[in-house]
Amino acid sequence: MARMKFLCDADRCIDCNACVTACKNENEVPWGINRRRVVTINDGKPGERSVSMACMHCTDAPCASVCPVKCIYPTEDGIVLHDKDLCIGCGYCFYACPFGAPQYPQVGNFGSRGKMDKCTYCAGGGGSEAPGSAEEYAKYGSNRFGEGKLPMCAEMCSTKSLLAGDGDIIAQLYEERVETRGYGSGAWGWTTAYHEDVKK
Amino acid sequence: MLIRKSERRPERAKPSGAEAGQQSSGLDRRTFLKRSGITIGALAAVGEIALHGVRKAEAGPPPPVGAPVTIRKNICTHCSVGCSVIAKVTNGVWIGQEPDYDSPINRGSHCCKGAAVRDDVLNERRLRYPVKLVNGQWTRISWEKAIDEIGDKLLDIRQKAGPDSVYWLGSAKFTNEAAYLNRKLAAFWGTNNSDHQARICHSTTVTGVANTWGYGAMTNSYNDIRNAKTILLMGGNPAEAHPVSLQHILEGKELNRANMIVVDPRMTRTAAHATEYVRVRPGTHIATIYGMLWHIFENGWEDKEFLSQRVYGLDEVRKEIAKWPPKEVERVTGLPEAQVKHVAQLFATQKPATLIWAMGQTQFTTGTANVRASCLLLLATGNMGQPGAGANIFRGHTNVQGATDLGLDVTSLPLYYGLAEEAWRHWCRVWEIDYDWMKSRFPDKKLMETPGIPSTRWFDATLLPKNQISQPNPVQAMFIMGHGVNTITRMPEAVKGIEKLELLVVCDPYPTAWSVLSERKNGTYLLPACTSFEMEGSRTNSNRSLQWGEKIVDPVFEAKNDYDMMYMFAHKFGFADLMFKNIKVENGAVSAEDILREINRGGWSTGYCGQSPERLKAHMRNQHKFDLVTLRAPKDDPEVGGEYYGLPWPCWGTPEFKHPGTPILYNTNLPVKEGGGTFRARFGVERVVKRKVTENGQEVEREDHDNLLAEGSYSVGSEIKDGYPEFTLGVLKKLGWDKDLTAQELEVIARINPADPDKVSWSTDLSGGIQRVAIEHGCSPYGNAKARMIAWNLPDPVPVHREPIYTPRPDLVADYPTLPDAKQFRVPNIGFSVQKAAVDRAISKQFPLILSSGRLVEYEGGGEETRSNKWLAELKQHMYVEINPADAAERGVVDGGWVWVTGAENGSRARMKAQVTERVGKGVAWMPFHFAGWYEGADLRAKYPAGADPIVLGESVNTLTTYGYDPATGMQEPKATLCQIRAA
Repeated sequence: MARMKFLCDADRCIDCNACVTACKNENEVPWGINRRRVVTINDGKPGERSVSMACMHCTDAPCASVCPVKCIYPTEDGIVLHDKDLCIGCGYCFYACPFGAPQYPQVGNFGSRGKMDKCTYCAGGGGSEAPGSAEEYAKYGSNRFGEGKLPMCAEMCSTKSLLAGDGDIIAQLYEERVETRGYGSGAWGWTTAYHEDVKK
Repeated sequence: MLIRKSERRPERAKPSGAEAGQQSSGLDRRTFLKRSGITIGALAAVGEIALHGVRKAEAGPPPPVGAPVTIRKNICTHCSVGCSVIAKVTNGVWIGQEPDYDSPINRGSHCCKGAAVRDDVLNERRLRYPVKLVNGQWTRISWEKAIDEIGDKLLDIRQKAGPDSVYWLGSAKFTNEAAYLNRKLAAFWGTNNSDHQARICHSTTVTGVANTWGYGAMTNSYNDIRNAKTILLMGGNPAEAHPVSLQHILEGKELNRANMIVVDPRMTRTAAHATEYVRVRPGTHIATIYGMLWHIFENGWEDKEFLSQRVYGLDEVRKEIAKWPPKEVERVTGLPEAQVKHVAQLFATQKPATLIWAMGQTQFTTGTANVRASCLLLLATGNMGQPGAGANIFRGHTNVQGATDLGLDVTSLPLYYGLAEEAWRHWCRVWEIDYDWMKSRFPDKKLMETPGIPSTRWFDATLLPKNQISQPNPVQAMFIMGHGVNTITRMPEAVKGIEKLELLVVCDPYPTAWSVLSERKNGTYLLPACTSFEMEGSRTNSNRSLQWGEKIVDPVFEAKNDYDMMYMFAHKFGFADLMFKNIKVENGAVSAEDILREINRGGWSTGYCGQSPERLKAHMRNQHKFDLVTLRAPKDDPEVGGEYYGLPWPCWGTPEFKHPGTPILYNTNLPVKEGGGTFRARFGVERVVKRKVTENGQEVEREDHDNLLAEGSYSVGSEIKDGYPEFTLGVLKKLGWDKDLTAQELEVIARINPADPDKVSWSTDLSGGIQRVAIEHGCSPYGNAKARMIAWNLPDPVPVHREPIYTPRPDLVADYPTLPDAKQFRVPNIGFSVQKAAVDRAISKQFPLILSSGRLVEYEGGGEETRSNKWLAELKQHMYVEINPADAAERGVVDGGWVWVTGAENGSRARMKAQVTERVGKGVAWMPFHFAGWYEGADLRAKYPAGADPIVLGESVNTLTTYGYDPATGMQEPKATLCQIRAA
C-alpha cells in the first residue's frame, strides 16, 4: 500500500512561500492558522537553507498516540487526519508533534484553544462529513486527494522543491536528483545526521 | 486504530492525455511525475467540468451541486516570468485555482503571489466605486460624473497651459493593448509626457542594451538558462523577485553541474543556492566588470573570432580596461584580485555563460553605463547569440516588457519608432489619421518631437520655476493608471508636488499612496480600475513571449477595464471616433483583439507584426506542445507547428507569413525564418573617425571609415555571406530581389512614400513585403552589423565608473565624479552639484551607512495590491531595515526593535523595525520598497477611503532616498544612497 509523504528538497527551496499561500487559497485557511510554513536556518549567512514544514503525516504519529480522545488517525494511504467533532482542543498533539503542525484558532490554555487544525494533505477531513461536501470543506478544507490530485502546496511549489505523493516514488525522484547533482550523498544535512561525508 | 478509506472521485468527467492512466489509483507514477512537474504532460484543456461536491468559497457563493465549473486561463499579474494561472469559475465567481502543468514557463508552479492571485480579484479592500475629495472627505460619485468633471478640468488645463501640463502616467501592469492605447491617448492629447514603471526599473537596460546590439530586451529566455554552464547573477535576486525562474536556473544548475555565481551587496536568497557568492559595494558594477575584463584580456580568455567578426570598438574599450588593474579594482570595489580573476575565468572559459541582471545594475546614475559594461563582458567572451548564453535581463512587472515595447515612454512612439517626423508619419498612416491634424494637437512641431519628462521627475516638473522647464508650463495634472508614488525616489518632494497639482486622477484597483500622502482637500479623483484578470488581452513576459489572457470574471464592484475607461475619456475629449477608427467598440466595450490587430499592422520595427490574437490563442490552447528548453512546438503540429511559445518578438511579417518568433536574439546558428538573427544594423554602415597616427615619424590626423557591418558572420542560410545594411526597397532593388515583391506589396510601398519609394524600409513598409523578401533570402530585415562596444551617442560612449551621488567614499569622487550638470528631458539634472555639495559637507560622516532597496517575495512594486491580499499580508506584517550586527551593536539596535532611519536630504526620517542580520555587510542597510501608508512616523490609515486601506502599511524607503538621475534615461538612484539609523 502506498504511503503518502511530503519531502522538501532543501537544495531547491527558496523560501518563496508559494506552498503557504497555495494552502491558504485552496483551503480558505483563516489568518493566524498556518498549516504550512517555511523555516529558514542560518538566515542571511553562508549555509542558509529553507525547508517547507507542515504535518509530515508520520507513520505511528506521536500526535495520535497522545490524543486523549483518539480523534487523530491515519488513513489507508498513510495520511494523518483528525475528527474536529471529537477534538477537545487540549493541545497535547501540539506538544507531541516534532514539527509544530497542530494549530489552534484561539490562544489559551487547556480546552480554550478551539478545535485543532492542521494540514490534511488536501484530503478533506477525518470526521463524519461526506467527502467533498460543503460541510467537510468548511471544517477541513479541500479534498483534492479524493479527486486524484496532490496537495496544492506541492503542486504549486515554485522550484519543484516540495514533493508530495507515494513515499517510494518521492524517494526515487530525490535519489535521481542527488545523483544528477553529483556531490555524493548530496543531501543537505547529511553530515549533521550521520557524522560522515559520503562521496560517490 | 481507526483506518479511514479515502474515497476517490475523479473530478474530471473525461480523463484525457496522461490522465487516462489514472483509473483505480488517483496517483500512479505517470500522473504523479506530471503533477510534480518532472515531465511535461499533455493535459488537454478542459472547458466545462462538473464538480461533484459542493465547495464553500468564502468570497463568493458556493457552486450548487453539479453546477458547471468553467476553466479559464490568464497570466499572473505580478512579475515578468509570465506564469499561467488556471481559474475555476462558477456562477461568475472565481472559486479556486489549479496548477497549469502545460505552461512551459511555470509548469504548474507559482510563488506565493501567483498562488494567491485569486484574492487580488475577490479582495474586499479594493476601491469599489469612483470617489473624489470634497473638502478633505472621500465622496462617492458616478462614473459619468467623474468622467465629466475630470474631462472638463483636463480640457481647461489644456486650454490654459497647453497639453504638456497634463502628465499621463501609465502602467507596467497594463495589457499590451492597454499600454498601446494609453500611449495613443497621450499622442491624441498632444504630449509626450507619457511614461510608466520601466523608467524606474529597466529604462537604462533598454537604452544601454539597444545601443549595443539593436534591441533592449532579454536576449534569451528563462527556459534557456537550462543550457548554461556558468550562470552569473550581478544585480538581481530572482529567488525573491522572479521565484519561478529559479525552477529553470536550479534545474539547469543541477543538470549541467553549472557554476552559479552571485555578485551582490546582500547574501540573498538566491546567493544561498549559488556555488559562489561575492559581496560587492553598491554602485561599483563597472569597476567590477573592468576588473574581470582586465584578467580576461591579460590571460587571452577573450573570444577573438567573435570579437573580430561581430564586435566594433574593442580598442577604445581596452584603453578603459587598462585603467583597472587588480589593485585599483580592489580600492574601489573591495574585491580581492583572486576572487575577481576566478569569476572572470569561469565566465570566460566555462561556456556557454549567461549574465543575469535586474535592478541591481539599472537603478543608478550610471545605470545605462552599468548595463553597457555587462554587454562588454558578454561580447568579449563571445557569450551572445547562442543557447545558454546571453544577457538574461529579468524585467520586473508582468508586462513591463510589453508596455516598454508599446511606447509608454517619454522618448518614443510605440515599438521604438522614436519621435521624429518619420515616426509620427508612420503611426499616422497606421492610425489612418492626417499627420497635420496630429501636429495640430501639439503646441508646436518641436515639442511633438521632443522627449517628455521622465516619471522620476514629475514633481520637479510641477515644482520648479517655469523658466527651468523646457515646455510651455509646469505639470498641473497627473493622470495615473496603475502606478505607485512610493516607488519613485525623493518622496518628501513628491508630497509637495502632489499638493501643488491642480488635478490628481488615480485609476487603480486600490487607492494607492497617492490618495493619502498629501494634505489635498479637493481636486482628487480615484477611479476603480479592474485587474488584468477581469479583462482580455495579451502580455509580453521578460523573454519576449506574448501570452493571451482570458477574462476570468467580470470586473468586481463598479470597476472598469482600462480600454473602456480610456474610451470614455477619448469620447469626452472629442476624438474617440478618430482614435478608435479601426477598433470595434460595442456598447462602450472596446475590443482588445482589434487593438492587437492594429499593433500588428504597425509593429514592424520590433516584430510585433506576426502575433495576431488568433495565433496567440492557439498557443494558449496548445501550451503542452512546446518544449521545455527550446520553447518550440513540433514541426508537424497542425496549429502551432515549429513555432516558439508566445511567438517571442521579433515575429516577422504578417501573421499569415507564419514566422515562428525569435527565442534567442542574434543567433546566427539558425535561419532567420526559423528564429535566427544577427546584430542589428541600427547605427549606419560605417563610422567616420579622425585618428591621430604616426606616419614617417610625424603625427598626422587620418580619417578612418570604420566598417560597422559584420565581417564574415551571417545567419545560417543567408544568401549574403557577410554583413549588410537594413533593408529598404532601394536595397532590394540593388540585390535584384525587388522582383519577389507582389504587385499588392509594391502598391502599398508606393503609397507610403510616393516621392521616393526606394526609401521605404522594412520598418515602415505596411505590407510586410520587404521583411518577407529579406527573410526568404535568409537575411535579417534590420541588417547584419557588429555590436557596438562604443556607443558614441551616449553620455559615456565607453562605460566609465562614477561614484553614486551620495557615496560612502568621498575620497573617490575626485577620480570618479558624476557627469556635469546639464538639462535633460525638459528639466535640469544637477547631480554634479549635489554630489559636490555632499562631499564638501562631509555628508558621509553624518550618514555613514549605505542605503539600498529591493524586493520581497511576498509583495510587488508599490505593494498596494499585495499588501491588501490577506494571504500575502499575513506573511510580512512590518516594514523593516536590514542592518549588520556590527552596525546594530554600535547603535544599540536590537533585532525586532523599532528604529528611526534618517536620510541625507530634506531632513527625512522613517520609523520601522530593525532586522539585524549578516545578510548585509557592515556599512550597508537594506530595505524593501513595497511599503507605504506611513509617512515619517505617522500612520495614514485614516486617510484612505473607508474600507479600502491595505491590510499592511509601513514607511516607504523612498521617503529616505535622494537625488540622482541617469543622464541618458532619467533613471533614479535608489540602490545606493546614504542613511543613519538609531534606536527609536
